Amino acid sequence: MNKIIEKIVLSKDVKQYIVECSAIAQKALAGQFVVIRICETGERIPLTIADSDKAEGTITLIVQEVGKTTRQMGFLEVGDSILDIAGPLGTPSEIEHFGTVVMIGGGIGIAPLYPITKAMKAAGNKVISIIGARCADLLFYQDLMAAQSDMIIETTDDGTCGRQGFVTDALSELIESGERIDRVVAIGPAIMMKMVAETTRPHGIPTIASLNSIMVDGTGMCGACRVEVGGETKFACVDGPDFDAHAVNFDLLIQRLAMYLPEEKIADEHFCRCSSAKEGEKNA
Amino acid sequence: MPKVAPKKTPMPEQSAEVRKKNFDEVPLGYSEDMAVAEAERCLQCKNKPCVAGCPVEIDIPAFIKKIAERDFEASIRIMKEKNLLPAVCGRVCPQEEQCEKVCVLANKFEPVGIGRLERFIADWEAGHMTAEVPELPLATGKKVAVVGSGPAGLIVAGDLVQMGHSATIFEALHEPGGVLVYGIPEFRLPKEIVFREVDYLKKLGVEVITNFVVGRTRTVDELLEEFDAVFLGTGAGLPWFMFVPGENSMGVYSANEYLTRSNLMKAYKFPEYDTPIAKGKRVATVGGGNVAMDAARTALRLGADESIVIYRRSREEMPARDEEIERAEEEGVKFQFLTNPVAYHADGNGWVTDVECIRMELGAPDASGRRRPVEIPDSNFKTPIDTVVVAIGNSPNPLIAQTTPGLKTTRWGTVEADPETGRTSKKGVFAGGDIVTGAATVILAMGAARLSARSIDEYLKTGTW
Repeated sequence: MNKIIEKIVLSKDVKQYIVECSAIAQKALAGQFVVIRICETGERIPLTIADSDKAEGTITLIVQEVGKTTRQMGFLEVGDSILDIAGPLGTPSEIEHFGTVVMIGGGIGIAPLYPITKAMKAAGNKVISIIGARCADLLFYQDLMAAQSDMIIETTDDGTCGRQGFVTDALSELIESGERIDRVVAIGPAIMMKMVAETTRPHGIPTIASLNSIMVDGTGMCGACRVEVGGETKFACVDGPDFDAHAVNFDLLIQRLAMYLPEEKIADEHFCRCSSAKEGEKNA
Repeated sequence: MPKVAPKKTPMPEQSAEVRKKNFDEVPLGYSEDMAVAEAERCLQCKNKPCVAGCPVEIDIPAFIKKIAERDFEASIRIMKEKNLLPAVCGRVCPQEEQCEKVCVLANKFEPVGIGRLERFIADWEAGHMTAEVPELPLATGKKVAVVGSGPAGLIVAGDLVQMGHSATIFEALHEPGGVLVYGIPEFRLPKEIVFREVDYLKKLGVEVITNFVVGRTRTVDELLEEFDAVFLGTGAGLPWFMFVPGENSMGVYSANEYLTRSNLMKAYKFPEYDTPIAKGKRVATVGGGNVAMDAARTALRLGADESIVIYRRSREEMPARDEEIERAEEEGVKFQFLTNPVAYHADGNGWVTDVECIRMELGAPDASGRRRPVEIPDSNFKTPIDTVVVAIGNSPNPLIAQTTPGLKTTRWGTVEADPETGRTSKKGVFAGGDIVTGAATVILAMGAARLSARSIDEYLKTGTW
């Protein structure tokens, strides 16, 4: 169970895994996630289901190596198993024929954006995608996203790929060009989602953000993921992860995401020491 | 009345000074001689009031008699006829409210230490023999899905396999045990003991599937396609907050999160274990129940200089067991009674720095019979803290109710079920424990589970609803 059957390096620090997990594959819908734990001493982290295949009984997970757990996951190879995978969790994304939808993905956010884009396209929407990253090395899924989009715009902060600038620059131009937009879906760093919300707010364009808060159980039991939406406390894991971006308190989300930064650093250093010690044993 | 020692045989325990710095179990348990001495205090009453006081009807005088006779094997066998989880119950049951409350000795002296003896005999078994598996009846071919592996789910599954049915437990988390592993701390209930009891159930033939979120991985209706009946024992897992300003500041936890990080995820062993937890120096826990005591005592063990319990009523109204309150006091937990948080204040980064409370006074009794706390106007004051644990209660997780058409719930979000049979509004679906009653105790959940198991058995045999 939970065996990795394919591993692909998508970009610098971003890896894609196809994992055997039939029970979840049968039920997964766009916008949902799993919570995984990779070893006995491991933490539980949420990962979006980037794709699923009912017939094959597999799900696709995309991981950016940003901390101890994700870097440790990077060492897993085809044939290895992930100790625990629970899901599919969260409320699925709202998919309808809205008309024209703009799908905005920043960095690792492109992974969760992809299945929603696919579903939006299948529902008959005109899909315009804007995907961006700091530099070309961090962009991925361009072809997959293009295949599901009527139009795709790529941006990089440094101009190494596509147009130079932020995804919001491309979005502003699109709005100014007079394109009728019925809905915007934005997934990426909290600050990016906040900027997207600010860009669409004056135009009254319904905008959805998928919130990436810290979680433990992922089933509504702990409240680590609580966010403020429209002045009310919500649990991202069960009430979301998708919310009306214009009602989300992004500043609070950004603060809460930083809650364990010192510990993350300690865990990372501890991991480096342990893995180099293991490496030493192997070489001895 | 024969000559009886007026007091319970004391149980050795770690001293407060030592134990508040470690996560090891506080009481150390009886030796054989201590257990025999305590067992000899039992009068072996003919009418057995203690049995009537036990939600799972353990034949208490009988198991105690065997301890007095030093026939420990026979004692554990009697125990397990009614209670498959004695090591757990001996530690976390509120015996003073149940069996020991009605003990005849209690009229004059301290009651027999039934809980201590239950714990002794369970631990003796673990140390001296491989748990025996009783002979099971012929398989009936009927299959039951048990949702949740907490106290209720474990008892239902154990009872059903002993009736010849097959039982499969579905657990959302990665470890079985429910609140016994995520909620109750190691120093009160070592996890090894829970796993031992779960292993025993597995030996009996109970199947346990973890990482399976009923309502998401499969719905109750989908389970009913494969199983003849479903028991819902998912507990009260949705934490309450007070929705006061600043409650979402960093450093403010629900008790569920704080305890889950520490217990289930072993954050107290960070960085050996990956899950972090705020190791606050001044920790406020809000609430007066057993969970609040667990959180306040956990805070000390994580290195807090001060652990303060904020409770809106006075000590008399605290729902926590006296024993837990006393242990907390001994360890240095401070109590701030008749105060209630109205706001949390945070620094520029969003980390909590102060709790602002208002003073309360007790008015007329409310529906619970306890005097209602009333705010004293303009009595606000601030206490500097760096971590907060909100332990004011839980209600059932709505996931199953939301995904199960035909399952009636109350306005408190609990599932409607007949208290005698556990039958819900949906054919083939039973429920028991906190999901029905709202947050209560381990043993009450087990009692409800026992009744449900009998009524599931009847339903499987007759098919009538």
